[in-house]
Amino acid sequence: MIAELGHYFTVLALGLAILQAVFPLIGAARQDGRMMIIGRPAAYGQFMFSLAAFIALTYSYIVSDFSVAVVARNSHSLKPLLYKISGVWGNHEGSILLWVMFLALFGAMVAYFGRNLPKTLQARVLAIQAMIGVGFYLFMLLTSNPFDRLATVPFEGNGLNPLLQDPGLAFHPPFLYLGYVGLSVAFSFAIAALIEGRVDPAWARWVRPWTLLAWVFLTIGIVLGSWWAYYELGWGGWWGWDPVENASFMPWLVATALLHSAIVVEKRDTLKSWTVLLAIIAFSFSLLGTFIVRSGIITSVHAFATDPERGMFILMFLALVIGGSFLLFALRADKLQAGGMFAPISRESGLVINNLFLSVAAAVVLYGTLHPLLSDAIFGVKSSVGAPFFNLVFGFLMIPLVMIMGLGVHLKWKRADIKGLLQRLKVITGLSLLAVVMTLYITYGGEIMPAIWMGLGVWLLLSMFQELGSRIKLGQVPLSNSLRRLTRQPRSSWGMSLGHLGFAVGLIGIIATSSWGLEQQKVMRIGDSMAIGDYVLTLDDVVPVAGPNYSAVRGIITVQPKSGPSFVALPESRTYISSPMTTTEGSVKTTMTGDLFIVIGDAQSSGRWGVRVYYKPMQVWLWIGATIMVIGGMISLSDRRYRIGSPQGKKKNAKLTAAKETKGSAAHAV
Amino acid sequence: MLFKRFLPLIIFGGIFLAFLVGLTLNPREIPSALINKPVPDFSLPPLEGAGVGLDTAALKDPDNIIVVNFFASWCGPCRIEHPALVQFENMAGVKLFGIAYKDRPSHSLSFLKSLGNPYDRIGADLKGRNAIDWGVTGTPESFIIKNGIIRYQHIGPIHTVQMEKILTVIADLQAEDGS
Amino acid sequence: MRFLLIPLLCLTFSLTAAAIGVDKDRLSDPEQEARAQSIMKQLRCLVCQNQSIVESDAGLAVDLRGIVREQVKAGQSDRQILHFMTSRYGDWVLLQPPFKAATLLLWLGPLFLLLIGGYFVFRYVRQKPTTVLTEPLTADEEKRLQQILRENDT
Repeated sequence: MIAELGHYFTVLALGLAILQAVFPLIGAARQDGRMMIIGRPAAYGQFMFSLAAFIALTYSYIVSDFSVAVVARNSHSLKPLLYKISGVWGNHEGSILLWVMFLALFGAMVAYFGRNLPKTLQARVLAIQAMIGVGFYLFMLLTSNPFDRLATVPFEGNGLNPLLQDPGLAFHPPFLYLGYVGLSVAFSFAIAALIEGRVDPAWARWVRPWTLLAWVFLTIGIVLGSWWAYYELGWGGWWGWDPVENASFMPWLVATALLHSAIVVEKRDTLKSWTVLLAIIAFSFSLLGTFIVRSGIITSVHAFATDPERGMFILMFLALVIGGSFLLFALRADKLQAGGMFAPISRESGLVINNLFLSVAAAVVLYGTLHPLLSDAIFGVKSSVGAPFFNLVFGFLMIPLVMIMGLGVHLKWKRADIKGLLQRLKVITGLSLLAVVMTLYITYGGEIMPAIWMGLGVWLLLSMFQELGSRIKLGQVPLSNSLRRLTRQPRSSWGMSLGHLGFAVGLIGIIATSSWGLEQQKVMRIGDSMAIGDYVLTLDDVVPVAGPNYSAVRGIITVQPKSGPSFVALPESRTYISSPMTTTEGSVKTTMTGDLFIVIGDAQSSGRWGVRVYYKPMQVWLWIGATIMVIGGMISLSDRRYRIGSPQGKKKNAKLTAAKETKGSAAHAV
Repeated sequence: MLFKRFLPLIIFGGIFLAFLVGLTLNPREIPSALINKPVPDFSLPPLEGAGVGLDTAALKDPDNIIVVNFFASWCGPCRIEHPALVQFENMAGVKLFGIAYKDRPSHSLSFLKSLGNPYDRIGADLKGRNAIDWGVTGTPESFIIKNGIIRYQHIGPIHTVQMEKILTVIADLQAEDGS
Repeated sequence: MRFLLIPLLCLTFSLTAAAIGVDKDRLSDPEQEARAQSIMKQLRCLVCQNQSIVESDAGLAVDLRGIVREQVKAGQSDRQILHFMTSRYGDWVLLQPPFKAATLLLWLGPLFLLLIGGYFVFRYVRQKPTTVLTEPLTADEEKRLQQILRENDT
């Protein structure tokens, strides 16, 4: 009954989505207020029904209703509640429902928060949002209905893949989808702007918070996935350049570019058609990702159950949405006239160059991901493009990007002085060279390139601090004055500083962990020892452990560092009841200097266990950096200037003049 | 700059076409690099107490088209395809050789005992190294050889549909002789 | 083997963590082992897709690791070992595709894009003001814009 209700709600949501797609659009074209006004209640209703459908499916999972096909295929009555719920989106059908529910959520949010948007703009945005929704509802109802019943009800479900039974991965898809789907808002704004034939600073100001929101979610989603791969898969890897990982990384790169180019539109009323194009591309990459994951067209370790029929449906949908948008862009982009100007050396130019490198990076990831397919389709040659290729090419692209980032944040709007800037950066440049020398000394005999990279990472970090310092006039005015300035920084400035600082911190982590990682493995008996780096590990005992739906062996390993007290690591190897699979629960000892990562395998023979150990220098910097970036994004989102329409204090005082001046040189970037 | 504005559409068009073609391809099927190359040099022992084993010389038989089939008793799809292999047994001008991949000889023998032995000769590739020389990625996998040259590779179990294709290939290879 | 794997692979995420193995044949010379590792990282696991053979416990990956170690120990060069693999499995086995006609776009594409993009950026940032807003803001919109800009500065 509940499943039928869910099905029914989905159909109702589809109906409302059709209303929402048609009437506001016609209303906007005819300047008919009554037709436009339909968009908002339709958006609320559509969200309510899709949410109700989602709740219905979740309920079927919680009560383990195995008469529902997807529940029988993907759940198990013994699973902990958290994983019964996460099982809802752990499969193709349910994840599509989650996706479309989020799409409706964003539509409802645009309806609610966009009440003070120009009426025609809001109507068009809502209509386009609904059109995408119609496509997804149809896809779900026609090819992948999560509410299908089974004729014969099985006694027990098949269970969720044990690898997915992990808190990190339980929340990875929802965040990723919020990110993917969040980009639909920027897309809808872009299409609406093309229809209206105008883009102005106000438009950019509307688009930016939505893009930032999506970017924050996307970042959280990607990092959760990466973190999960790191500690759950047991190989110490956190990024494999797998097509599915790339599918989430490409929209992230483009969304990052969009965040930066929208600033130029907002500030200088120029770079419009490029920004509109980026908004279209960002969401197109989200859709492309969906296609890649679900069609089986490119081999990936993460693929969902693949089905050619579904693949064809999504491909046609892609053609319609992306092809249609690009066609509209080609026809209408010339309407977008450029306004203000800026000098070749200026913050604006820095942002444009940043966009160049980010877009080329996204293009490289796209082509690298598609190359095996193109090679097979055109030349009939099977080929692989994997981590070594991406690391090499991406590494080279990142060098100029990091440099332009470190320089760009100091540049003044409109016209900047590069000589003076280089002069001011002399100290930190010197310190970074020192970092290169020190790195070479510490890793004596190692490669040179990682040391140069480390210097670059340190330089970026110092550059960000110096920028913050100069913004609060550290050293130029009394310290108390500087501190007061620091606390009065607008939130968007904090967002920019934290976003970039987080990137620098994460970059340093990436450089260290991918350059100087250690790995060791051994078949051990109880009492055996092995050494890795500055640590000696002794296997003291192995004990059996019983979990709720698994049994495990747990190694008790004493780790003696070269200096400092020893500690005990407890890695586990779990075998799940519902599936003949073993997962590793590695033991990770994290310090700022590095992670010691221990993995134990199941018994080999006669009281011997395979043990693998990794030492990952500064791994935690990556997670900390990513967290700082996300926090920066959230702080920037809470900036009052995004809450246009909310009642504002009218106080104006002399001190604000100073803040204004600071903003002129630094604000708005994240 | 009309063209510039159409560029995204054109690029997407290209990707779309590639996807369209791509949906018909199977990215998981990895062909051996040895097609149209001579068979690798090897010499495999027989399954304990059964026959004479298999070596390169046996594959250079000028009179017969040779089918080499990699199988293992632990491989489910091999069981599925096994009945189809019997067809080769009585075919004129065709010889079927088997290579037991990473399988205990006693297991292979009981596998053949229960399902029948369609192979003219069998080599035991105990460590799976020989399979690597052939560019094999898993069992079952079959190669069609003429005059010591690998002419065709079939990845996966041979069902009715695939059997038709394979028989056509064999017929074509035999026809080459006539001309 | 593979045909048992495919349904599993399709249903699930990766199989990597299924039972962890430990290589017993690691080379005693750390320099040789490091070289073997770097070669293994360039070789694609043939049955598990999109992972290097370093990160897989699939039987074939274990065998291939064994071969790489044997050949490193026997003094074969990196090139020879990679050639051993490509002569059996084709370029497919290399995670970093070789520079060839078919991969021209892959290797030169980024550079090409940077040059083209760089040219456009150069022209863009150097252009002189030529255009004015063709459709001036309406009074209402102007008011709104001013309000927004004011809010920006508070």
